Amino acid sequence: MAKLAKSPWLLHYDGSSCNGCDIEVLACTTPKYDVERFGIINTGDPFQADILMVTGGVNHQSENVIKQIYSQMPDPKVVVAVGICACTGGVFKECYNIKGGVDTVIPVDVYVPGCAARPESIIDGVVKALEILEKKREAYAARKKAGA
Amino acid sequence: MDAVRVILYILLAPVIGGLLDGLDRRISARMQGRQGPPILQPFYDLSKLFSKEMIAVNNVQMLLNLSYLVFFVIAGSMLFAGADILMCLFLVSTADMFLVMAASSDSSPYSSIGANREMVQLMACEPMLLLLAVGFYLATGSFQVSEIVSGDISAIAAMPGFLIGFLFITGVKLRKSPFDLSTSHHAHQEVVKGLTTEMSGTTFAIMTITEYYEMVMLLGIVALFFANSTWWSWIIAVLFCLIAFFIEVFIDNVSARVKWDKLLGGCWAVTLVAGGLNGLILMIIQ
Ligand code: SF4
Repeated sequence: MAKLAKSPWLLHYDGSSCNGCDIEVLACTTPKYDVERFGIINTGDPFQADILMVTGGVNHQSENVIKQIYSQMPDPKVVVAVGICACTGGVFKECYNIKGGVDTVIPVDVYVPGCAARPESIIDGVVKALEILEKKREAYAARKKAGA
Repeated sequence: MDAVRVILYILLAPVIGGLLDGLDRRISARMQGRQGPPILQPFYDLSKLFSKEMIAVNNVQMLLNLSYLVFFVIAGSMLFAGADILMCLFLVSTADMFLVMAASSDSSPYSSIGANREMVQLMACEPMLLLLAVGFYLATGSFQVSEIVSGDISAIAAMPGFLIGFLFITGVKLRKSPFDLSTSHHAHQEVVKGLTTEMSGTTFAIMTITEYYEMVMLLGIVALFFANSTWWSWIIAVLFCLIAFFIEVFIDNVSARVKWDKLLGGCWAVTLVAGGLNGLILMIIQ
């Protein structure tokens, strides 16, 4: 059975979000949506995370942080951009301090649109990310086998 | 017979610990009005952790973590083999020191804070653990676990105060709220993941498995209070272990974390009042 798909641990990072999307991410852990029933844990530690969830566009302050926590996450890993700001920059796209979406600094696997993204669509995005994660895990296991 | 028990402990403790952890997460979720993960979730988590990439932050952390595991397995095995409880409790502290060293070996400031706090937790527990061994000696006349459990009446009759003290520090040992200073099993505490911050994949899995050994060993000590030469006393012992575990989960869910000075003061006060008074009374009676 898919090992990762049964226990995906999330790391949530706020790039420069207005906090609208952050609240929705947190709403996923409340009794109403309860993502823990899928084994999803909102961990705060990149070393133990499988899914990086970024809200808000990237600015020059958050750019390095995003790169760093992405590099600290062990393979296999996926990135989910939550909210239209994280996908493209959204309404802040033209601002002088905004670089754009998360994909301007790290590769993004799943885009969850919406302003703010609804908890249902965030969970959908995570489920989609799990499929990609599983494929990456297989590729990683094959690579490890070939390398060892 | 001793060898069988030791092998059973080594093989089954991670399974029992994992199931208890699953139960813990389920009960906690229900207490919060959520459905919660499946009971087998801890095993899914472990198998995932083993399949992840090994990020070695340095070349000693893995070794230190393995030492933590090995020393704990030896300590638990001694308890289940019926050996000296004093020796067993000493080994527990030694094992914990390896964890502190593993956490302080990396460069993360969060993990260093976690290591410092683990030391405080160690200091908070130590007096009670030593007093506990003395208590068993006063009540049953022996430090040998095999002799403690073969008395005519259970040790609890002579040492209820010790049980209260021990249950109090069990919360600290299991790293449960309000005493989860060094690292928390729940997401988002202020020091990221405390002493496990830079442990990933296999290293973290080993730490988790050791926690399961620890959990089963601590419950084994709880059972020591109830077991005597009759067979049905073991049923009561197992039942009470489950009750003790439920109490810990309940307290975990209803309390907020305390500061380190409260932890230290609280543990020592309970040790002194519950354990000390009980010990004094035992000394006077005999
Ligand atoms: S998408 Fe909307 S709610 Fe989300 S961070 Fe951007 S502006 Fe805020």
